[in-house]
Amino acid sequence: MSILVNKDTKVIVQGFTGKEGTFHAEQCIAYGTNIVGGVTPNKGGQEHLGKPVFNTVQCAVDATGATVSMIFVPPVFVADAVMEAADAGIELAVIITEGAPVRDMQAAKAYAMKHGMMTIGPNCPGIITAEECKIGIMPGAIFKKGNVGLISKSGTLTYEGANQVCNEGFGITTAVGIGGDPIIGLSYKQLLPMFEADPETEAIVMIGEIGGDLEIQAAAYIKENITKPVVAFIAGQTAPKGKRMGHAGAIVSGGAGTAAEKMAALEAAGVRVVVSPAEIGKAVKEVLTK
Amino acid sequence: MNIHEYQAKQIFAKYGVPTPRGIVANTPSQAVAAAHELGGSIWVVKAQIHAGGRGLGGGVKVAKSIEEVEQLASEILHMTLVTHQTGPEGKEVHKVYIEEGADIKDELYLGVVLDRAKEMPVIMASTQGGMEIEKVAEESPEKIIKVAVDPAIGFQGFHGRALVFGLGITDKAEQSKFIKFAKALYTVYMENDAEMIEINPLIKTGAGDFLALDGKMGFDDSALGRHPDIEDMRDISEEDHDEREASQYGLSYISLDGEIGCMVNGAGLAMGTMDTINYMGGTPANFLDVGGKANAETVAKGFEIILKNPKVKAIFVNIFGGIVRCDRIANGILEATKMVDVRVPVIVRLDGTNAPEAAEILKNAGISNVISATDLGDGAKKAVEAAAAQ
Repeated sequence: MSILVNKDTKVIVQGFTGKEGTFHAEQCIAYGTNIVGGVTPNKGGQEHLGKPVFNTVQCAVDATGATVSMIFVPPVFVADAVMEAADAGIELAVIITEGAPVRDMQAAKAYAMKHGMMTIGPNCPGIITAEECKIGIMPGAIFKKGNVGLISKSGTLTYEGANQVCNEGFGITTAVGIGGDPIIGLSYKQLLPMFEADPETEAIVMIGEIGGDLEIQAAAYIKENITKPVVAFIAGQTAPKGKRMGHAGAIVSGGAGTAAEKMAALEAAGVRVVVSPAEIGKAVKEVLTK
Repeated sequence: MNIHEYQAKQIFAKYGVPTPRGIVANTPSQAVAAAHELGGSIWVVKAQIHAGGRGLGGGVKVAKSIEEVEQLASEILHMTLVTHQTGPEGKEVHKVYIEEGADIKDELYLGVVLDRAKEMPVIMASTQGGMEIEKVAEESPEKIIKVAVDPAIGFQGFHGRALVFGLGITDKAEQSKFIKFAKALYTVYMENDAEMIEINPLIKTGAGDFLALDGKMGFDDSALGRHPDIEDMRDISEEDHDEREASQYGLSYISLDGEIGCMVNGAGLAMGTMDTINYMGGTPANFLDVGGKANAETVAKGFEIILKNPKVKAIFVNIFGGIVRCDRIANGILEATKMVDVRVPVIVRLDGTNAPEAAEILKNAGISNVISATDLGDGAKKAVEAAAAQ
């Protein structure tokens, strides 16, 4: 089992024939992802990486029955691509692109929600169900199949966390990189219940960072609803206030959104909070073997 | 990206947000000419730097004669202004804004920011103008009125009513003036992809008019491409030189106070590396994300920027190789050490795809000040030890 995606999930790629889209779609196909086609306007009817290319998402959905779209279009076209996917009945859009304007994402996310389409990202590594389906840019080989679910705002910390979990002899059910922008799609609060309901997932790792209050919302949710053990790390304990730490959303503004307040809230919710990401693997082992 | 007060007021004026009249000046004689042009008998000379608290720091002064305008302008221009937002080193003033005096009856606060939880802009207003809004939020949060505006419907009448009744504005003419003001400010925010607008104070004059006495604006960097007019307002002298240089090479760099330089791929891991160094008893000298494509050039540039800081006693290179294989990164690091004179020990942790091959490459290179580490914890520990031994 897994959450959201598996080996049968039919995936299309928006921005299929571009440089990034081509490179990563090829890697996803090699991993085993069921990529059924792609969308690039004015290239409809062609074939790319052995898959059909369509002019619009609607054409792609009608012809292939795809339910998930992986989006690689340039930043200023992201909102358009997301809304097109929602309009065509896509169920989940995974937005890899970094640098989409915040105002665009406000509109795109509101429209996606109105159409019942879930989104992941933007500015994220994507989602992977270990040894079944990779929709994104993560190195597939480090995700061994196992019993730990992972949710992370950071790409490299997703890899770091998954790698440690696997090195301790465990593995991953599904890992979701939710992205570090101020406005993102699925977050901890929506993903935690999915992992809670997944029979194969026995523990959950959540990796957060400074800025915003999604981790605080997650803490409140965990306290009331999650019975499986949760291990958490919050990046940016040593980050100066008012500085944007690489991710557009990673900023402590007006004294709010600090690592300290998030760690305290999670601890109060019974989460095993680690001070360094180097401790994630050991903490997972502890909670799974006690 | 942030802009100066005088630039924010130029944008306000375009959208009908009322401000006092003012002219920017680079020299005392320009300041005098500005005062003549504005006319009247009272002027305010205001230092233009990207930081709040200018008044308390001595950067905003009232002049009652043309001679005084000249004297104050020459005092403020090129002074190093220290405020609670500049840090102890302060900021040099290169421009002053000469503004006509205003008849202040009441001081209010008005701002627009993104409410990340609601995922829409929120207009914040308070009767506690002139105070730091963070302080008001802490001490008397009930004095801040927050009105979220869904961009799908825009600024409606009920938003305006929530603001004026919340602020206790009872005069009907004043109500409609304030609502018009707030609506125009919301339009400024949306149409310019602003990230933050703050007017503190927004004043009510004796005649019952509302004026933006101050103006602060920040913009969404991701949207600057479609606002060349705002990009033109960038003042490079206000930005950190090293951070700017780094960004030109696709590196994201922020300097900190500690002794251990960090070079990491990914913003989250970069923060996590700083946290781990701190946890191991050391102090990080910087945040540095080399991005997804760490190669010899970017690593060399990273070394160069980190080593400009004389306090750096060791460098921790922490790379989790994914799509980019570790063996290639190892070769890149070795090449970079030939391009830049690295005077301190470099602790290298390469994990992920082809990590064993990378370890072999580093070992065989036999460079005395390159120390290999097996994982994040090991690397941070070795970096802290190496810095302590210096």
